[in-house]
Amino acid sequence: MANNILAFAESRGGDLRKVAYEAVTAARALADATGGEVHAVVAGPSGITAKAGALGTYGADAVTVVEHPAFADYNPEALAAFVAERAKGGGYRVVVLIASAQGKDLAPRVAGKLGVPLASDLTTIRLDGDKVVGTHPVNTGKVIATVTLTANPAVVSLRPGAVTAAEKPRTARIETAAPAGDPAASRVKVTQTIAGNTAKLDLGDAPVIVSGGRGLKAAENFKLVEELAAAFGNAAVGATRAVTDDGWRPHSDQIGQTGRQVSPNLYVAVGISGAIQHLAGMRTSKTIVAINKDPEAPIFKVADYGIVGDVLEVVPALTAAVKAAKGH
Amino acid sequence: MKIAVCIKRVPEMDVRFKIAPSGTSVDETGLKWDMSDFDGYAVEAALQLTEKLGNGEVVVVTVGPDAAQETLRKALSMGVTRAVHLKVDAIPFDNFAIARALATELQGGGYDLILFGKMSIDSSNGAVGPITAELLNLPCVAAASKLEIANGKGTARRELEGAAELLEFPLPAVVSIDEGVARPRYPSLKGIMAAKKKPLEVKPAQLGDLRMTVSTMALPPDRPPGRILGEGVAAVPELVRLLQTEAKVL
Repeated sequence: MANNILAFAESRGGDLRKVAYEAVTAARALADATGGEVHAVVAGPSGITAKAGALGTYGADAVTVVEHPAFADYNPEALAAFVAERAKGGGYRVVVLIASAQGKDLAPRVAGKLGVPLASDLTTIRLDGDKVVGTHPVNTGKVIATVTLTANPAVVSLRPGAVTAAEKPRTARIETAAPAGDPAASRVKVTQTIAGNTAKLDLGDAPVIVSGGRGLKAAENFKLVEELAAAFGNAAVGATRAVTDDGWRPHSDQIGQTGRQVSPNLYVAVGISGAIQHLAGMRTSKTIVAINKDPEAPIFKVADYGIVGDVLEVVPALTAAVKAAKGH
Repeated sequence: MKIAVCIKRVPEMDVRFKIAPSGTSVDETGLKWDMSDFDGYAVEAALQLTEKLGNGEVVVVTVGPDAAQETLRKALSMGVTRAVHLKVDAIPFDNFAIARALATELQGGGYDLILFGKMSIDSSNGAVGPITAELLNLPCVAAASKLEIANGKGTARRELEGAAELLEFPLPAVVSIDEGVARPRYPSLKGIMAAKKKPLEVKPAQLGDLRMTVSTMALPPDRPPGRILGEGVAAVPELVRLLQTEAKVL
């Protein structure tokens, strides 16, 4: 049986994303169990090769890079063809992707091309003899399924943040490769990537998320949430569906069953009652703080620390205290 | 315009699930069932597209046990033309097997567009649509939050982390639908009556081998009981102290 593990390292706009290191870290742990190597694949526009060496820091033994102008934006068909071709050629035990927005699109395409099922959005992964076993939250996170894959290779996507990128430095062999077919001939074309506010930390990358709900009473009070996030310094701002439906915040900020699913180190729920749809998006956060005026609010059942009170008074006081604790 | 929409019957989620004695599924006693949320958006999107064009046919397809015919009837009552039930005793977890059964049915059906919900709300894999597209060798957009079809071409928008992308693709194509595309209509009484007479064809599902199975299902460990630290601004110093010394996140 093949011992090597293939990791897909995601990039956007010519830079590797944090999830690229998570994929390599997860692959490294699997390869340490099989005694095999980690091979990473990267695709991007001209210049991406210079970024590939960083994957060695997280345990990649080899990195295959394809540079092509048609990889400047996400190119689903050409990228899936390339990853599947590498996966076929190398005889890999496991192909690891991360279930980011791009990974959710790419991973099932790769599985389909390889003729195997996809174990998607796993929160843990391990080898069990010739099988791959992972856990996957189902039924909006209310049930945890342990999934066994007997397909070869096993194609998996891991939930962003489920694995913390960890350095295991080695000098990766960097190889360049040609795309599989002509990437410019893809039927599905990304015509435009609309950048959000790039100064803003993304919800998937932020170690701290401060999230606001209807308890803030008015759109303009959301600045209290932003100020608290700014005080932490490494925080992103999220919102409940009620708030995004009302247009207080963009739809892309929504955390919950139908929005983003996040697992930051710290999740601060401000004026959020804790409807199950919201809990489905954040209950795996490591530490949860809730501030709400209703002591019976369901959010207090999942919160490690709760304060009962008016968010309009408590949040500015917390912002000041966090600033003091951070020394600014 | 001929559109297929692949839908799934799933339990309603606002309950406290129990695990069945087998340990590999949830206990179905007392659960209510409905069409998976995102599949409802896909059915609505298909109906709106054919209504706008003034002609066409929407066909719903499901893989499921006999009870899945309720879900097909619901789609028929919303205005879908006909339904296909690919029958299995129990829906497998293997998304490749489901995609294979769907692709076998859809192949050669002359569909301009094949829609899915972006994922089923129970197993939450989001894989059946794109794998079906691969098996049919069709262009695919997963998790479209906007979809327009004109002159044999489609345009879509996908939400990314802190960004979005606009895509274009030729027809025929496979698109999985995120919410935002269309709010599903409620079936009218007239629709419900009409649905009873619409064609619903039953065939065995061609699943093939199952290579991904659920070995156990369990309830997630309860979070350690939370602590309400106090009321109002007075509780803030204790919160900050615990974030520093206990949770070590500050």
